[in-house]
Amino acid sequence: MADYSWPEADRRAQIGARPARLDGPVKSTGFAKYPSDQNPSGLLAAKILTSPHAHARIVAIDTSAAEAMAGVRVVHVIQGEGSEIQWAGDEIAAVAAVSEDVARDALRAIRVDYEVLPHFVTEEDRDRAPGARAAGERAEGDPDAAFATAHRTVERTLGMPQMAHMCLEPHGQVCSWDGDELEVHASTQAVSTLAGQFATELGVPASQVRIRTEYMGGGFGSKFSPDRWGIVGAELARKAGAPVKLFLERDQEVTVAGSRPSAFARIRAAADEQGRLVAWDSDSWGSGGLPGTGQTPLPYVFSRLPNRRTRHTSVPTNLAGSRAWRAPNHPQACFLTMAVLDDLADELGLDPIDFLERNLDLTGRPDTYREQLGIAAEMASWKERWQPRGRTRAGAVQRGLGVSVHTWGGRGHSSNCDVTVHPDGAVEARIGSQDIGTGTRTIVAQVLAETFGLELHQVRVSLGDNVYPQSGPSGGSSTVGGVTASTRRAAQDALREVLVHVAPRLEAEPEQLLAEGGRVFVDGDSSRGVSWREAAAQIGGAPISVQGRNPGRGRLISSGVGGVQIAEVEVDIDTGVVHVERMIAVQDCGLIINRRLAESQVYGGLIMGVGYALYEEWIPDPVSGRLLNADMEFYKLAGLVDVGSLEVHMMTGPGYDERGVIGLGEPPVISPGAAISNAVANAIGVRVPYLPLTPDRVLDALAGRGGPA
Amino acid sequence: MKGRRVTDDAKRSGFSRRSFLRGGAAGALSGGLTTGLLTGEAGAAAADSEATETVGPGPVDVELEVNGATHRLAVEPRVTLLDGLRDRLDVTGPKRVCDRGTCGACTVLEDGRPIYACSRLMIESAGRSITTVEGLGSPDAMHDVQQAFVDNDAQQCGFCTPGFVVATAALLARHPAPSEPEIEAGLGGNFCRCGTYKGIRAVIAGGEGGGVSGG
Repeated sequence: MADYSWPEADRRAQIGARPARLDGPVKSTGFAKYPSDQNPSGLLAAKILTSPHAHARIVAIDTSAAEAMAGVRVVHVIQGEGSEIQWAGDEIAAVAAVSEDVARDALRAIRVDYEVLPHFVTEEDRDRAPGARAAGERAEGDPDAAFATAHRTVERTLGMPQMAHMCLEPHGQVCSWDGDELEVHASTQAVSTLAGQFATELGVPASQVRIRTEYMGGGFGSKFSPDRWGIVGAELARKAGAPVKLFLERDQEVTVAGSRPSAFARIRAAADEQGRLVAWDSDSWGSGGLPGTGQTPLPYVFSRLPNRRTRHTSVPTNLAGSRAWRAPNHPQACFLTMAVLDDLADELGLDPIDFLERNLDLTGRPDTYREQLGIAAEMASWKERWQPRGRTRAGAVQRGLGVSVHTWGGRGHSSNCDVTVHPDGAVEARIGSQDIGTGTRTIVAQVLAETFGLELHQVRVSLGDNVYPQSGPSGGSSTVGGVTASTRRAAQDALREVLVHVAPRLEAEPEQLLAEGGRVFVDGDSSRGVSWREAAAQIGGAPISVQGRNPGRGRLISSGVGGVQIAEVEVDIDTGVVHVERMIAVQDCGLIINRRLAESQVYGGLIMGVGYALYEEWIPDPVSGRLLNADMEFYKLAGLVDVGSLEVHMMTGPGYDERGVIGLGEPPVISPGAAISNAVANAIGVRVPYLPLTPDRVLDALAGRGGPA
Repeated sequence: MKGRRVTDDAKRSGFSRRSFLRGGAAGALSGGLTTGLLTGEAGAAAADSEATETVGPGPVDVELEVNGATHRLAVEPRVTLLDGLRDRLDVTGPKRVCDRGTCGACTVLEDGRPIYACSRLMIESAGRSITTVEGLGSPDAMHDVQQAFVDNDAQQCGFCTPGFVVATAALLARHPAPSEPEIEAGLGGNFCRCGTYKGIRAVIAGGEGGGVSGG
């Protein structure tokens, strides 16, 4: 029975190397055509009218003036009279017109009368929340007794607000009908699963829906569904008999197309005289908009902490529902837990790394974390440079160090890949996956090239189209494991078939043959061999085509990683401004396919982490119920000069590679909020209880005020 | 402003860039001024300047050069340079992200100077020469900056990349070895969501794949 495995370390030509991403040239020259760049002939532009009220009932809607306007092709009411609107930005009507400007004019001509109803958008004030509901309580051991006898206890109320995905390419699609066949150029993370969802809503068979996503401008967990605007876009195109482009305006993108749930908690944690954690009690709440939100995993990483009680309250608000945001629930759980543990270490008079090390047996992977803490501390010169909390310098600018640990799963998803070897030696893979910017196209090519002993330019990868074999949505760091495993299995099987044809010519058994360096030869006697081209010519007139699947046989992938990050910050205690000077990330992820792209994922996680630690938050206005910063001026992303020096250490090589491929997109974005908050506490001597660490919150903490969340 | 070419085709288009500029000091400020210019400042200026013409709201003929090719088209005065490029000329390298002069994804060169195409009306660019990211190089013949973006993995999803490439090319053309304040001034107006700044830093400073610093 055929087995599947990765080549031994000394036989790898591609895996673990650092080739540049294959679509780099088309992206850096602007030649890459994203879904929102598609301009088919006869294209109409569509725009959506949204509710200005956070809670209202539609009394009347009159679209007659819009319909009468020159250039307007279709006016479509999404939510008509009597509909109850539950968040500002909810979709009311859509227009398809000859240009974007005409479509915008038409939206202004639609008259909607609303009965405005009471709304609630400020979930940090849980006691005033009309719809708050208990959402789980768990207890283990005897927390009350443990707190009563503990050596030191801290109690904190901490939190982080909702924030936006802020994909640079907004959500949307170009829909074109040819008879009852629909083609959708969608900005999606889910090429293989989208067709069925469009089909159900539109009443056509899924086999008649084509999804294409050659490139897409960011998803981060928010682009798994056609969404209402996708279905509306398809309906407009069907009614108009013309292709329709519908992408959200930026304010809509920020308001309705993706947010991360908030998380607040009142937490008590206690330790004994040896600095061992003995008790935990958390009362958490949060919101993901109208649906509320579930509980984050508390206590995070130190999940075997004895004597613990957790309660959670879900708080619905009149805001659009949240979506999976890179490492769902983990950044929140990490901040809430690591901030409290850091405060407890200070209360105990312990170096926080020492305190974490004393408690690693409460985690799922103590050896990994111990090694990583050691490496990170070394990189940061922690032993020489860390000092207990408080001002350590003259003047306004104080410096501090903070640490955090995190975990993630990252097992490869379901994936099918067709690999074809042509008689002329051409090799190609077809896979219904998508490259959302992580480098999926490149790593599939590396696996192909590695297996057949070829160079990257000698293999071809086709993805981003649902005519290719089903491969899972890109979420939860599941793509790299899924696509590399299915590709490797298909490629190994296809190669075996080729070798069966080549073996007689080399007077050897197929099992004795290797494909390396563009040749096929007898293992141990490389003089007995032929070029790859000659080898492929032996297969006859028809190509060999094999499908590989994941899951499947052979230890190609696994899951479960740990990571450690250290932040170094400067805080100006006169202005409250925090600057991240340096971020260090130590991360394991099993076998790395492309070192350069893997490092890019970690750098990206750190940078996004600086953003949500210092700047990013949804700011809903309690009076109007609308977001005050549904734009990019006041919803601030971290810029090039904001992120400090970034250093990444990948745990790779013997001892790690044997685990196989594990996903990496999520883990590095989990710790930055906690590590940066801890560094600020170290610098200024007090905890700033809320993220992001804006100047007002820092100054409030320094003044001894809890401050507004 | 030197080296700028002006197409003064008032007879055909009913719109004269030269008279428009003469009409109000606001016009000379160019960058950053968008809507309201024609009906507001310029309109007020018209009261004491006989030369100013009012155009629109209907389509106005404009002629401009984009990546070396001359285009003549009729656009409504309200159409931004970005939307005109993307929707009318199918030049889709410049991306529409914030659409209000914050994120830099639409950065193009106008007569060699970087501007936000979302914050310029297409009629303002009449008679000028626009270079987008596609005009700097092609996948088979990349500009040095584009090659350095590839070599240093200064891109992930790639949606901010066209703006960053143009802004970086403009920065390095002006400051081959830019100081930190020059980097901040040159690239502080561009944002990336995937987090590619480490690679972009390497492009400027010369990293793994070699930067373009110094020329």
